[in-house]
Amino acid sequence: MIEGLDRYYREYNANVFRGVYQISEEATAAYETARKRIAELINAKDPSEIIFVRGTTEAINLVAHSWGRSNIGLGDSVMLTEMEHHSNIVPWQLLARDKGAQLKYVGISDEGRLLTEEFHGYLENGGVKLFAVTQVSNVLGTVNPVREMVREAHRYNCRVLVDAAQSVPHIAVDVQDLDCDFLAFSGHKMCGPTGIGVLYAKRDLLEKMEPYQGGGEMIREVHLYEASFKDPPFKFEAGTTDISGAIGLGVAVDYLSKVGLRNIRNHERDLTAYALDKLGKLKQMRIYGPADPDTRGGVISFNLADIHAHDMASLLDEDGIAVRSGHHCAQPLMERLGVAATTRASFYLYNTEGEIDRLVESLERAGRVFKI
Amino acid sequence: MSSVYSEIILDYYRHPRNKGTLDHPHIKAKDSNPLCGDIIEMQLELDGNDSVKDVRFNGQGCAISQASASMLTELVKGKKLDDVRSISKEEILSLIGGQLSAVRLKCALLSLKVLKTGVYTYLGSMSNSKEELSGL
Repeated sequence: MIEGLDRYYREYNANVFRGVYQISEEATAAYETARKRIAELINAKDPSEIIFVRGTTEAINLVAHSWGRSNIGLGDSVMLTEMEHHSNIVPWQLLARDKGAQLKYVGISDEGRLLTEEFHGYLENGGVKLFAVTQVSNVLGTVNPVREMVREAHRYNCRVLVDAAQSVPHIAVDVQDLDCDFLAFSGHKMCGPTGIGVLYAKRDLLEKMEPYQGGGEMIREVHLYEASFKDPPFKFEAGTTDISGAIGLGVAVDYLSKVGLRNIRNHERDLTAYALDKLGKLKQMRIYGPADPDTRGGVISFNLADIHAHDMASLLDEDGIAVRSGHHCAQPLMERLGVAATTRASFYLYNTEGEIDRLVESLERAGRVFKI
Repeated sequence: MSSVYSEIILDYYRHPRNKGTLDHPHIKAKDSNPLCGDIIEMQLELDGNDSVKDVRFNGQGCAISQASASMLTELVKGKKLDDVRSISKEEILSLIGGQLSAVRLKCALLSLKVLKTGVYTYLGSMSNSKEELSGL
């Protein structure tokens, strides 16, 4: 991935689409190849359904702005869940405030699974225009039954946006099989660069959607008082995009595809099962989220006795172990769990059982420091 | 390794001094650290000479933030408000001891920030306080 970025900047550093010179054509070809690779990764029907954005956050904001402002009005509802990341809450709060729409939250069980009866109840009550849901919780690891929920939502003419920031890097995602309307993910969580991400949307929706930002390269013609726009995906990629980021993400996708998403998932499931077992044996350990490694991703949130997550993260850091601590950009979920913060260990294809053993040793040391 | 998690810090975390609220505080201030979710409230009761007669802190968060808040209450008790104003962050850090990363400094200094905000508000001198607060 780093070599891909390096090659772009050293050998064909040029803008895409604009130039008629050789290296601009090379840049355009590399940029569009990346788009094609990403389309293949998630099995989109066509590369034009892949829009390059800054990350999951921008992808969701794009949908809230371009689709939401035209399709959600006074009295309509957007349905979310209690386990959403702030990036899949705040854009909808802003939209709801502007449009006089309502937000409805599907609650979770104590084990961290969505309450499907609430989901059905909101749909039956009517007026739900969009269901925005994470495929894998960034705190609990819960893998949500998105495929089934999409089918159910569509029966009520409710569109579905999937926050796939935690799923596309870790499990095989097929947008045609899910049949979701929108899907968003970030490059930096899948061995790619920071500042690049993807919005997938069905072609027929993209064609009807208003532009997100106005500017260069998203237009067909511009006159003093009006402009016409290009077809998707270019209509949604105003200005000079993150060309190197997109190329880098394409290289990362090639790498992940070569390893195989199913292999990555199997490896993470084994690590998660191992870690759940080892961590679960520690005294005064509380682990959040589903206990079954087959239906959860490779993130484990926990609290050990009365050691605050930030103290825990500092202690683990002393042993060279990097974990996230705090509210994980999911304050409503923290409130639901009744905790101020958790510590989260997360695994990927490069982690090993030996590293989990080191984590356990470090947790035991933290316990000794805090005399629990 | 000079871990910041000394016996003293743990003792203040588990057995905080001056934790709670006052019935009739003259000064009250509260703030949080959005990154960590640490919350600290400080309450001060003054005597006729603008000295701190009694003090309490309340809040939740990591050991560093809670222990340093408790230590700070002991430091200010009996002090004149002018002396409270001049408490430096170095004083707090020497009470805590050990090495703190830039992120954890915010935890350690939250209570001092809250205390000074309360004192400045009370003294009605918010305009020239911003500069001193910005270093915390």
